[in-house]
Amino acid sequence: MTSQTMRTTAVIGVLVALCAGIALAAQPKPAAEIKIDNFTFAPAEMKVPAGTTVVWTNRDDIPHTVVSTDKVFKSKVLDSDEKYSFTFTTAGTYPYFCSIHPKMIGKVIVE
Amino acid sequence: MFNNEHDDGVDRRGFLRCMAWAGTGAFFMVEGGILKSYSLSALPKLPPGSAASLSFVQISDSHMGFSKAANPDVVGTLQTAVDRINALPTAPEFMLHTGDITHLSKPAEFDTLDQILKSARTKDVFFVPGEHDVLEDDGKYYLERYGRGTKGAGWYSFDKQGVHFIGLVNVLNLKAGGLGTLGPEQIAWLKDDVKRLKHSTPIVVFAHIPLWSVYPDWGWGTEDAAQALALLKPFGSVTVLNGHIHQTMQKIEGNVTFHTAASTAFPQPAPGAASSPGPMQVPADRLRRVLGITDVIYVRGKHALGIIDSPLAEQS
Repeated sequence: MTSQTMRTTAVIGVLVALCAGIALAAQPKPAAEIKIDNFTFAPAEMKVPAGTTVVWTNRDDIPHTVVSTDKVFKSKVLDSDEKYSFTFTTAGTYPYFCSIHPKMIGKVIVE
Repeated sequence: MFNNEHDDGVDRRGFLRCMAWAGTGAFFMVEGGILKSYSLSALPKLPPGSAASLSFVQISDSHMGFSKAANPDVVGTLQTAVDRINALPTAPEFMLHTGDITHLSKPAEFDTLDQILKSARTKDVFFVPGEHDVLEDDGKYYLERYGRGTKGAGWYSFDKQGVHFIGLVNVLNLKAGGLGTLGPEQIAWLKDDVKRLKHSTPIVVFAHIPLWSVYPDWGWGTEDAAQALALLKPFGSVTVLNGHIHQTMQKIEGNVTFHTAASTAFPQPAPGAASSPGPMQVPADRLRRVLGITDVIYVRGKHALGIIDSPLAEQS
C-alpha cells in the first residue's frame, strides 16, 4: 500500500464516520399520532420528548383544523383523511383547538 | 293547536308536538305569545284576512362539495329544494341562505350554488356565511362574492314591506372551547341599526349558528347572543332564523320566536343523540324527508310571522 492510497483510505474513513454521525443526529424521533374522530382529538392530551413530530389525521366526514391557541402552529383545513404534522423542538405546553369547531380542544406537552 | 301560558317558552310536551309538526310540514302563527300550529293541509282553512303581505323562503346548509355517504348528491337535493320553492303556491319575494353554502369554501363550490339558484323563480338571495364558507382566509373570498354593501365581516340590514331584516355573522374569530361569536363591533352596529326603528316594527334576524343555546356541548349556540337579543327586547315581534344544526327546531321566548331550518344537504343527529354532531346517515329513501326548506309568511296587522317547514319529499 502506497502512502498515497493510505491517505485516501483514511480520508474516506473519516468521511464515512462523519456521514454516519450526521445521519445519527438527524434521525427524527418516531412520529406521535393524534386522530381526529367524532369531533374529538384523541388523545386529547399527549406528552412527547422535544424533537417529536406530531401527526394529526382527520378521520371525520367533516373538515377540521389544528390551531395553536398561542399561535405557535396552524394547519390548513384538513378534509377527510388529510394529515397535518408539526415538530416540537422546545419544551412547554401547547394547547390547540379546531378553529371551525372550537369546542374541540387538545394539548401537547413537550418535555 | 295548543296554547302556552308561560313566558319562558314552550313546555316539553308542546315542544315535542311542535317538533312532530316540523318534520311533516307545519304552519306556525304566534300571537301575543301564544303559539298556534296548523298542519300544511289546514292552510286553506286559515282565518280570513290572512293574505300574506310578504312571503320569503329560507334555505340553509347546502354544503356544495360534500360527497360522503350521508349524501353523495348534494347538488341533486339542492335542485329539489329549488323545485319545491318554485312549486310554492305564492312565489316568495326573496330567499335567505343561512350559511354553509359550501363544504370547503372553494370558488367552484360557490359557483355551483349560484348556478343552481339561477333556476329559482325567486331571484333575490340574501346570504350570511357559515363556518364552512370562511375556512381559509377569514372570509375574505366570501365577502368579495356576497359582501357588497355589508359591514364588518358581512353583516347588514334591509327593509321589506315594513319588516326589518338583520343578517348577522357569528362564525368568525371563534375562541378555543367557545361557541359562535358576534363580537363587540357587530353588537355596537346592531345597537345603532335598531335605534331608529319603532318598537312595533317586526324584526327578522338571520344568522348561521343558532342565537339560542340549542346544545352548547356541540357548539350549538352563540356566546354573546344575549347581548344582541337584549337590544331587541323592546320590539313586539322578533323572529330569529338560523341554520347550522341541520334539523328544524323552534322555541318561543316572550316576543321572540327562534327557528332553525333543515339542511338541503345532509341531516345531523338530535342534540346528544349521537357521540358527535357529524353527518347522520339515513336510508336513501328517507334522506329527502329529513332535508327541507322553510317558508315564512308575514301578514300585515297580524303582528305575527308564519313559519312553514317543508321536507324535500313527503312522508310516504
